[in-house]
Amino acid sequence: MKRTLSIWFHNRFSALPRITGLFSGKGFPVESMAVGVASEDGVTRMTLTTLGDDSLVERITKQLHRLIDVIQVVELASVSSVERELALVKVQSSPARQQEIVQLADVFRGRVVDMGARTVTVELTGRAEKINAAIDRFSPYGVVEFSRSGAVALKRDDAPERVGKTMAVTPV
Amino acid sequence: MKEKATPKAPAASAGVTMTGAELLVKALMDEGVDTVFGYPGGVLLGIYDVLYDTPALNHILVRHEQGAAHAADGYARASGKAGVVLVTSGPGATNTVTGTATAFMDSVPLVVLTGQVASAAIGQDAFQEADIVGITRPITKHSYLVKSAAAVQATVAEAFHIATTGRPGPVLIDLPVDVMRNRATLQPRSEGRLPGYQPRGEGNPPQIEKAARLLSAAKRPVIYAGGGVISAGASEVLRRLAVKLNAPVVTTLLGLGSFPEDHPLSLGMLGMHGQWTANTAVSHCDVLLTVGARFDDRVTGRLDRFAPKARVIHIDIDPASISKVVTAHVPIVGDARCILEALNEVVLPLNTVAWCDQLARWKAAHPAVSAPSDPRLSAPEVVRQVSARVGKDCVVATDVGQNQMFTAQHWGFVRPRTLLSSGGLGTMGYGLPAAIGAALACPGQRVVCVTGDGGFQMNMQELATAVHYRLPILVVLLNNGYLGMVRQWQDLFFDKRYAHTDLEMGNPNFQTLVRSFGARAEQVKTTCEIDGAVERALMVTDRPSVLEFIVSREENVMPMVPAGAATTEMLEADLNRGGHR
Repeated sequence: MKRTLSIWFHNRFSALPRITGLFSGKGFPVESMAVGVASEDGVTRMTLTTLGDDSLVERITKQLHRLIDVIQVVELASVSSVERELALVKVQSSPARQQEIVQLADVFRGRVVDMGARTVTVELTGRAEKINAAIDRFSPYGVVEFSRSGAVALKRDDAPERVGKTMAVTPV
Repeated sequence: MKEKATPKAPAASAGVTMTGAELLVKALMDEGVDTVFGYPGGVLLGIYDVLYDTPALNHILVRHEQGAAHAADGYARASGKAGVVLVTSGPGATNTVTGTATAFMDSVPLVVLTGQVASAAIGQDAFQEADIVGITRPITKHSYLVKSAAAVQATVAEAFHIATTGRPGPVLIDLPVDVMRNRATLQPRSEGRLPGYQPRGEGNPPQIEKAARLLSAAKRPVIYAGGGVISAGASEVLRRLAVKLNAPVVTTLLGLGSFPEDHPLSLGMLGMHGQWTANTAVSHCDVLLTVGARFDDRVTGRLDRFAPKARVIHIDIDPASISKVVTAHVPIVGDARCILEALNEVVLPLNTVAWCDQLARWKAAHPAVSAPSDPRLSAPEVVRQVSARVGKDCVVATDVGQNQMFTAQHWGFVRPRTLLSSGGLGTMGYGLPAAIGAALACPGQRVVCVTGDGGFQMNMQELATAVHYRLPILVVLLNNGYLGMVRQWQDLFFDKRYAHTDLEMGNPNFQTLVRSFGARAEQVKTTCEIDGAVERALMVTDRPSVLEFIVSREENVMPMVPAGAATTEMLEADLNRGGHR
């Protein structure tokens, strides 16, 4: 099952490779990672998606908390959070097909950001499943290449947060 | 508590500027550092030049950087203070990797200071450049690259705080040569700001209540104590709690000494080469009170059959250790001493007479015995006799393998911080340098290194260090001419096919070798010589003394849980078959 974690950390020397190294060193799977500035005092937020059950997410969360620079880890459950991904998709085109491609982009609420003689580049945002679907639909025209940001996510208003250790599922 | 040394370095007054190297030495003194284990090199010359004028900081010149890391580790385990390592860039730094990993696995506080090439040269494949922060990232608790002289003091303060608090561990500080040369203003000592690092002290009271309730219903309780008891300074309260509960105590290898082995409630070490009764007690217990231990595979054996009847209480400072291997019914995160104190307040004495009687019967029927394969000395016999002669107050550093397990089984540890051994990483060559660190941490205390002919040769160059600093370490060299533990596995699981474990053909003459270092050497071949030889060695107070015991070549460490077996499936020595006893 896909799980999304928000990780706040102090972006000091070597902090990012410590986080990524944890995933390779402990063999935790990673689906996507999106990293950006979260506040002015050097705090960075990573949105990370992984595949696994509760016990894996608990292990990941505990291990992340061991890192000195990690400030907070929150799981964003899909029902209670908004999640978006940005993708740029470069589709093979010709003057005869341009119109069709633009229309298809419209269907996915995409925007054409570059139109050349041989390709059209479409900007798409949405959940990962929508981006997958769009790329599928563009593929008959020929997808030359695409670049995806990985998911970023925020908790919805009033949704319960599952913070750090409180996620631990322990009997008694 | 850290002792504050009086700084001999330039006085701290506002507006004074100093070089990065001077600020580094000042910051170390501010942390109460009295001893540094180091080896100079190109990029460290500035720092060594400051040390030249700082006699208050005792620099110990090792003979290999791996020795520096293990010595600092031994110093830390024996004293409870952080061990400090100072090595040059490139090979100097990479030589400390094994020692850093050893300390990381066993949660030992180290601060490793590595020289680095000039900031502008980093990434240029400069002479003696290595990305040591990258290399050690998975084996350090934290690491730093100092980018300006102004950051030196705060970085050092933060590094010591991180290394010594929470679950302790090694912290590395990489020091570019230009940063050590540049000048910055001397600052008053200040703790860094670490919003992501708040190790928990007190346990959660409702969890402690829950643990007390679980214990109150126990018929067959067992306390399972690990190295965390020792690093938290919780041995005394552990003893009081065990006595109040009438609960027997088993310890891990690193937990030896956390509970006196001569106490009637002690069952000794559990695990692969643990006592039969310790393992069997855990298999039968109904409540397992785990303190500062992490259910290592060498402890549990086959997991689904480890403590199958037990409700598990797990006290640990590191939340990541709890329910990692064995699910805890009552997890309690925090400092072992605080939590045991709180628990001791609320528990009521248990009636465990029937349980303890059962354990006593098992203990009598299943002592840890092994059988020598030939008429030579029996290694466990040597360990027992040396222990009896040297006394329980000494600090013992071991190597890894049979010598380590025989020591763990037969020495009889009664005080915390008296056994120094590489448990997690299993680092051969650890013993001698760790003993050097302990000898410097505990002047006046007897330090023994139990080693084998394999492990001794991995860091025997440090004999020069021990001679240089006139350290009266007693080295007990159990010479069986084999890599004994590996040979034991070949014996038991590979049909006695001793592939590349026989060292005898190439072993040096240890007597002349040791004497060439200026240390004292004596060889012992028979049981009746042991006492006298130890007696003579103990008279030497100004240099190391190596007692080489020629021991049975193929004596196996018994009892033993074969890899992957349950702890109830222990092999025991068959003394009636082929045993020379």
